[in-house]
Amino acid sequence: MMETKNPSGNSSNFETFMHNSSSRRSFGRNSTREVTFSHSESKPSLRYGSKGADSEAFSMSQKEISDEDARLIYVDDPVKTNERFEFAGNSVRTGKYSFITFLPRNLFEQFHRVAYIYFLIIAILNQLPQLAVFGRGVSILPLAFVLLVTAVKDAYEDWRRHRSDKVENNRLGLVLVNGQFIEKKWKDIRVGEIIKINANEPIPCDFVLLSTSDPTGVAYVQTLNLDGESNLKTRYAKQETQFKFHEKERFNGLIKCEKPNRNIYGFQATMEVDGKRLSLGSSNIVLRGCELKNTNCVVGVAVYCGRETKAMLNNSGAPSKRSRLETQMNSEIIMLSFFLVALCMVTSVCAAVWLNQNKNDLNLLPYYRKLDVSKGKEESYQYYGWGIEMLFTFLMSVIVYQVMIPISLYISMELVRVGQAYFMIKDSRLYDEATNSRFQCRALNINEDLGQIKYVFSDKTGTLTENKMEFQCASIWGVDYSSAKTSLENEQVEYSLQVEGKVLKPKMKVKVNQELLRLTKSGFANKDGKRIYDFFLALAACNTIVPLVIDTSDPTVKLIDYQGESPDEQALTYAAAAYGFMLIERTSGHIVIDIHGERQRFNVLGLHEFDSDRKRMSVILGYSDNSFKLFVKGADTSMFSVINKSLNTDIIQATETHIQSYSSVGLRTLVIGMRDLNASEFDQWHFAFEAASTSMIGRAALLRKVATNVENNVCILGATAIEDKLQQGVPESIESLRKAGIKVWVLTGDKQETAISIGYSSRLLTSGMTQFRIKSNNRESCRRRLQDALLMSRKNMAAPEVGNYFEGSSDSVVSTPMALIIDGTSLVYILDNELEEELFELARRCSVVLCCRVAPLQKAGIVSLVKKRTADMTLAIGDGANDVSMIQMADVGVGISGQEGRQAVMASDFAMGQFRFLVPLLFIHGHWNYQRLGYMVLYNFYRNAVFVLILFWYVLFTAFTLTTAINEWSSMLYSIIYTAVPTIVVGILDKDLSKRTLLDNPQLYGAGQRQEAYNKKLFWLTMADTLWQSIVVFFVPLFAYWGSTVDIASIGDLWTLSVVILVNLHLAMDVIRWTWITHASIWGSVIATFICVTIIDVIPSLRGYWAIFDAAGTALFWLCLLGILIAALLPRFVVKFVYQYYFPDDIQISREVEKKARNLRVNGDTHIEMLHISNPQR
Amino acid sequence: MDLDGGSSSTISTGARAIPGRPVRHGALYQFTQQNLPACKPVLTPAAVISTFLLMGFIFIPVGLVTLRASYSVVEIVDRYDIECVPEEYRSNKVAYVKDDSVSKNCSRFLKVPKSMRAPIFIYYQLDNYYQNHRRYVKSRTDRQLLHGLGYNDTSSCRPLESSDDLPIVPCGLIAWSLFNDTYKFSRGPSELKVNRKDIAWKSDRNHKFGKHVYPFNFQNGTLTGGAKLDPTIPLSDQEDLIVWMRTAALPTFRKLYGRIEEDLEADDVIVVNLKNNYNTYSFGGKKKIVLSTSSWLGGKNDFLGIANLFVGSFSILISIIFLVLHLKSPRPYGDTAYASWNKKSISS
Repeated sequence: MMETKNPSGNSSNFETFMHNSSSRRSFGRNSTREVTFSHSESKPSLRYGSKGADSEAFSMSQKEISDEDARLIYVDDPVKTNERFEFAGNSVRTGKYSFITFLPRNLFEQFHRVAYIYFLIIAILNQLPQLAVFGRGVSILPLAFVLLVTAVKDAYEDWRRHRSDKVENNRLGLVLVNGQFIEKKWKDIRVGEIIKINANEPIPCDFVLLSTSDPTGVAYVQTLNLDGESNLKTRYAKQETQFKFHEKERFNGLIKCEKPNRNIYGFQATMEVDGKRLSLGSSNIVLRGCELKNTNCVVGVAVYCGRETKAMLNNSGAPSKRSRLETQMNSEIIMLSFFLVALCMVTSVCAAVWLNQNKNDLNLLPYYRKLDVSKGKEESYQYYGWGIEMLFTFLMSVIVYQVMIPISLYISMELVRVGQAYFMIKDSRLYDEATNSRFQCRALNINEDLGQIKYVFSDKTGTLTENKMEFQCASIWGVDYSSAKTSLENEQVEYSLQVEGKVLKPKMKVKVNQELLRLTKSGFANKDGKRIYDFFLALAACNTIVPLVIDTSDPTVKLIDYQGESPDEQALTYAAAAYGFMLIERTSGHIVIDIHGERQRFNVLGLHEFDSDRKRMSVILGYSDNSFKLFVKGADTSMFSVINKSLNTDIIQATETHIQSYSSVGLRTLVIGMRDLNASEFDQWHFAFEAASTSMIGRAALLRKVATNVENNVCILGATAIEDKLQQGVPESIESLRKAGIKVWVLTGDKQETAISIGYSSRLLTSGMTQFRIKSNNRESCRRRLQDALLMSRKNMAAPEVGNYFEGSSDSVVSTPMALIIDGTSLVYILDNELEEELFELARRCSVVLCCRVAPLQKAGIVSLVKKRTADMTLAIGDGANDVSMIQMADVGVGISGQEGRQAVMASDFAMGQFRFLVPLLFIHGHWNYQRLGYMVLYNFYRNAVFVLILFWYVLFTAFTLTTAINEWSSMLYSIIYTAVPTIVVGILDKDLSKRTLLDNPQLYGAGQRQEAYNKKLFWLTMADTLWQSIVVFFVPLFAYWGSTVDIASIGDLWTLSVVILVNLHLAMDVIRWTWITHASIWGSVIATFICVTIIDVIPSLRGYWAIFDAAGTALFWLCLLGILIAALLPRFVVKFVYQYYFPDDIQISREVEKKARNLRVNGDTHIEMLHISNPQR
Repeated sequence: MDLDGGSSSTISTGARAIPGRPVRHGALYQFTQQNLPACKPVLTPAAVISTFLLMGFIFIPVGLVTLRASYSVVEIVDRYDIECVPEEYRSNKVAYVKDDSVSKNCSRFLKVPKSMRAPIFIYYQLDNYYQNHRRYVKSRTDRQLLHGLGYNDTSSCRPLESSDDLPIVPCGLIAWSLFNDTYKFSRGPSELKVNRKDIAWKSDRNHKFGKHVYPFNFQNGTLTGGAKLDPTIPLSDQEDLIVWMRTAALPTFRKLYGRIEEDLEADDVIVVNLKNNYNTYSFGGKKKIVLSTSSWLGGKNDFLGIANLFVGSFSILISIIFLVLHLKSPRPYGDTAYASWNKKSISS
């Protein structure tokens, strides 16, 4: 519940959660032993985001919904329902704009960016006649360009949304009008109307089930579009309404439900029918976006429509994050605006001083002439005294120097990120063949953060592991049958059976133990056979699996797909099927199991669902001979407390040993038990069960009590072990991540033993590690253990051992690597007790941290702890709804589009198919993105500043009057045409190192962690270089043409061409990989500049008419140009070489290695290539 | 050329063709995998040292040639704005230049230091004159220059848009302040012929200044800025105006006055008879008369030659320093022992 209600788990509600949870529970445990199982005590349990925790929702709905918080729905009376309140209609509009609103709304949204407002203000300033530096058309050109590009992009996206809306809105649905169901377009459905859905139809709006075709009122829905879970969910119609519909009478009722909200797992409402009040919960509502399956038809009343449906409310995209690089960049932009103000101040103060010095001569100055005498009377022309003139000069200089703040940078960055995202999406390394899914880039503004990650927080289930459970071992009646033992003939046997000439097969194949298979085939006559029979019957029956028969391409073969909410149950059912106990049919009243070709029907008299307090479930089957049996399965701890220990002691002990050995190799275990019920026991139970399930108040608690009463005195049958398979390439990936200096923290809801075993199998933990295990049940011991561990870790750090196990694994860990294993309960104490500081210090020293038994919000809490304490970048990766808060909390959230649904993906910034893709994502794309963008930002600062400085130097020689020698068109085109394309191309395409080198040397990732591509030092170096280059560009022509006949336009053209060629050459000097695209963009820009300058100079009405031809006809022009380029780039080249040669960074060395290897390869030495092939897959 | 991701297919498992997955070949695939063929230059000491050496060997000769061209130019510069003011007006030069009744005639004697080959360019040079002042640069209307009175929107010419409610052609500050000193040259008894044709850009004469646009109401105001124009000559033939209206880029500039198309010998004395009309006294500007020959590089300017020599010698110096450093403490090329992760483990 918590996780869906507070998706943005900030630290404050995290803490309140901690308080609640610690005070709510009682901790009865006193054992602090680690590896052993504790059988007798009940473990403190943290509540997970309980999907379908009906009990919770039930008790909640008993609370009165106050009238102002409720919406009232008169069933089958949409007019009355919509009379007082205007409930949203069912037409959806995901499109943002309409034809009329597009322009104003889009402009309004665009001007939310500060940069654009700056742009706008400058353009407006320029429209004032006193301040008009540029022509009107010229001055709005850049702004118009940027706005247009963005508007076209937005319009295209919106058009696509409109198109899909139209399709949705015009679908047809059945609506009850005057007692008859007629077809209506979806968009016309209103709240309060009764709608009917047939099998396999999509659901048009959120509606409360009134009746289903199933007599018990069950309906199955698939929620694939909503949360991505492919299994079927059960929904119920209330008995009271179910029968009403069958009796075909007109329905009258009033539903009072909560206001529309985003929680797709919760719903509270009450319904009044015939004076009776019924409470409705999340199991009574069917949401838009689902599909009806396995049920012929359902009838319900619409409660939320259109944009108020839960699906639509959840439709908002991922929250926007801002990348670290951009945050840093913004501080440098503030610095640049100080520069800008300084330049403007200098200009305006100098201008004022000049005016003051010449104030008596202003009218005599032939180039000033203050008085305008043309109209007969003498008045000052555009002269307002030196004070106002100073202000005007200041504002004009802001206009002239406006590009100092590189606004084009924002749009280039967006384009570059789109390009980078394109390559990430297209990368075949990030393509998951198994699920046929591509990499998804959901957030476009944090690409470069992928190159700076220091902490990875990973979920376990579904992320490190596949969450495909595989049945591995069984211990039946004290005998261990593990399929691993018979691995030689370990083939995947598939069981099939013939029904009416058709072959029925389970969908998944399971590895079987041959001996056990033989035993099941040989019949169940003897006593052991009976046990095996009961064992598999329990596996097949004691679950909530719904079998689905699917057609295959072969008409004679049908597959049985077991649908259920728990992957463990699926695995067990498939296993039972493989051993000949195939579940074929399940309704609410009975099940049909095919046992070795013989169909048997069992009445399901009662089902006690799994809950997290009991940690077991049970089912009561009625046999045809009127005997009753209770089958129970559950976690070992809870099961051993209900097993009759006086019977079969040796069997119990043997099973316990088996369970221990199973879980030590990382298998998940369940214990199966059975109890015969005699008639009086059954009657007693039956009475209590009936009473409980029809009770109105506290039904869940009553049912739990009934279950606890009957689940007793159970006879043990055996235990199962399921392997939670590691995903492909996980150990290798973790090893690589750690080599790159990334700390991997695993946050899991599993118990400590399972977590540790997964830790070992994923090579997260190694035998050489010092492990600190903190698992305490009270504050004091927790504090003690933490402080002990901290002391030990300090000692460990102080005296590094000679036997350096992990070579250069992490920069802070040079001695024996340490691992911290901590459980959720201890975390609660620690975070409660202001021991945060100590915990963090300890965790920082450890290269591995495993947190077990943590709740979803605690996951976010741990991430926020790290984020708060360090400046390091964090990445969270997970696949389930319980990872959402963590994913949103971390700097970068990665969702695995796996088994557990799409919630994590919806909340993530990036989504991919497999955990191992993290390695290429970070090492290749993250590294590149960071290097590229870091360089691009610096380059854009340089590019604009050098231009502004040239303008500034010239102003010093024009009596501080802001004349620009460079043509105004050229100065506007400078950042749009002359220099824009190469930086974007380089930002998208340049690669400092090849993929292979980056994968082979994870340490190269450190460049991003150390912020080597963008930092303050580089910024100042670049600015110093900028200053030098601008001086060269400006002063070489100045001295060369001093006292000559040169006119403004000619020297302006020289400056234009030299600065454009200079900045392009500067970029060319830093390009690492020259593809034809790079060549084309850089040299093309230079050529385009020549063309543009020429075009500008052949327009007679412009001042510089023909200047370029005149100037370019002289040798002086070309000599100046050459001299400028060489002299300007010389210092940069020298410094670059000195750094590369004498202070090489890792990237430089690796580039040399690459080059050397290539040279060798060219020389016919193929061995090198062989050495470099690394195979990250198992 | 290097296909550095060429072996990527070896990394993932077999290339089974699954519908929907990207095709594993073709130029587009190479592009999307960022494996386009590319050239990756890496700086090596040898390449850098020889580049600098080469730059030195190019720039020093270029510098020498440039310098020589500059030295081959013979230039006579004579500042006359102070000398040409009679003694009694020296304390109030503005009054002198404004007083129409005082004769502005003045003679200067220039000695030719070296023989000068024709054509010899005559320039006047103004110092501290901001022809690039924003107010000044803007004060003109190019359309009017081309179309004459037919073009009415002359607001950009302010503060000299009209006079006595009549439009001015050519309007604006630039035209109004047209330079009006005149020069006559003689060598000994004979007058030197000065060619005053072809001093303006042909493009300006043909396309910027109208062939049928005649000066109108020009210099009729109370305050006279400079030269008057003959209202019978179209603007396209008023070359002095056209030259003047190509506003100079820098506050010290020259404007072409004419050409002497005879050679001048060393030790010749040239007499310049000038009319010192133009008022630079009010703002402390200087006026100079310049006679100069030209070279392929243009006029006399040592800067570029010296700059080239400097860059060239600097390059050679750097290449020597790099060479010495490289020989003394070379770093092995592509040796991962220098990588940060290896260094750290060595030091610890």
